[in-house]
Amino acid sequence: MFKIAIASGKGGTGKTTLSVNLAAMLSDSESVRLCDMDVEEPDSGLFLNVDQKEKTVIQRFTPQWDEDKCTLCGKCQENCNFNAVIRLADQIMIFPELCHSCYACSELCPKNALPMIPSPMGVISSSRHEQLRFTEARLNVGVEQAVPLITQTHQYLNNLNEKAKFVIIDSPPGTSCPMIHTIKEADFVILVTEPTPFGLHDLQLAVETVRQLGIPMGVVINRGDDNNTLITDFCTANSIDVMAIIKNDRSVAAHYAAGDLVYKHVSTFRESVETIAGRIQNLLQ
Amino acid sequence: MKIAFTTKGKTMDSEIDPRFGRTQYILVYDTEQESTDVIDNTDTASEGHGAGPKTAQRLMETDAEVLITGNGPGGNAASVLNRKGIKILVGAAGISAAQALEKFNNNELTHF
Repeated sequence: MFKIAIASGKGGTGKTTLSVNLAAMLSDSESVRLCDMDVEEPDSGLFLNVDQKEKTVIQRFTPQWDEDKCTLCGKCQENCNFNAVIRLADQIMIFPELCHSCYACSELCPKNALPMIPSPMGVISSSRHEQLRFTEARLNVGVEQAVPLITQTHQYLNNLNEKAKFVIIDSPPGTSCPMIHTIKEADFVILVTEPTPFGLHDLQLAVETVRQLGIPMGVVINRGDDNNTLITDFCTANSIDVMAIIKNDRSVAAHYAAGDLVYKHVSTFRESVETIAGRIQNLLQ
Repeated sequence: MKIAFTTKGKTMDSEIDPRFGRTQYILVYDTEQESTDVIDNTDTASEGHGAGPKTAQRLMETDAEVLITGNGPGGNAASVLNRKGIKILVGAAGISAAQALEKFNNNELTHF
């Protein structure tokens, strides 16, 4: 199982477009699973005709105060790094939305007065689109933290009986915790960007993040043209491989908006994705 | 009665800090003793999350019955303060704690 995370600094550069089209195209010749880990806004599935879904409800564990056992010693509050457990004069207050489910308060409570209680956090569903296997992790509305679900989605992928050769992961945007926890288990990261000052700025942040994690990476420039060297200059100066430049083409946007797999309709787009697919296959050889 | 102020300094002449969770100091004025106590709250600046509940917890330990602040606490902090039924007055940003006390005595502050 070779995990490829498709990420970006900036949002809206084409992570999902590339993820879905690359996975679908590659699945013609290889065993591929597409996994949408943009749990706050998973939308890869919109482009796929998926059959029956197999759903798993994912729980998170937060402490619950057992008033009868508690002696109000306050160790729970001292051990919580996130101010999720507060001791008042006559009670313990818990803020589940601040809790990171680290178990410190619960495990270190001398009276076992803070048992960890499950509550639904999100759903992981798996399905098939022709040859392509598809997994989507979706956070429940109102749940504030994406990372616990992302961590469990990686575990879910690792525990699957039927493992694909390539797992293509549609990652959350940005360079904060959700993105980091999504890409840190990847074997390779593709950063999608666009040739604009914003695109460059956020690409720089993303490159720095991936380098700190020590994961090999390549860059794909979306909506590019041959005359704009903003991104290519940066990549050359920093010895980063530009895997492909997807040409700016209105018909790509039109097919995307219609919910189509773009590579089936736009030949220049298909050529770019074929180049990326070839590069990925070479990575394994 | 004890009245707590969110302040940028350590005396009654200090300006009210409009923020609750990340206020620099909590100044507690005792109306009977006419004395003040200061709680240093500057460490909340480095809290990623949960500054509100932490500050609220500190405030609860002072036994203050009234809180005078600027913008008012956020949801989590308010839920702590409400447990104790502490009276919260807002709109005191930009003036000193002494001036805010005068406004409080004249009923010129807004209930949160």
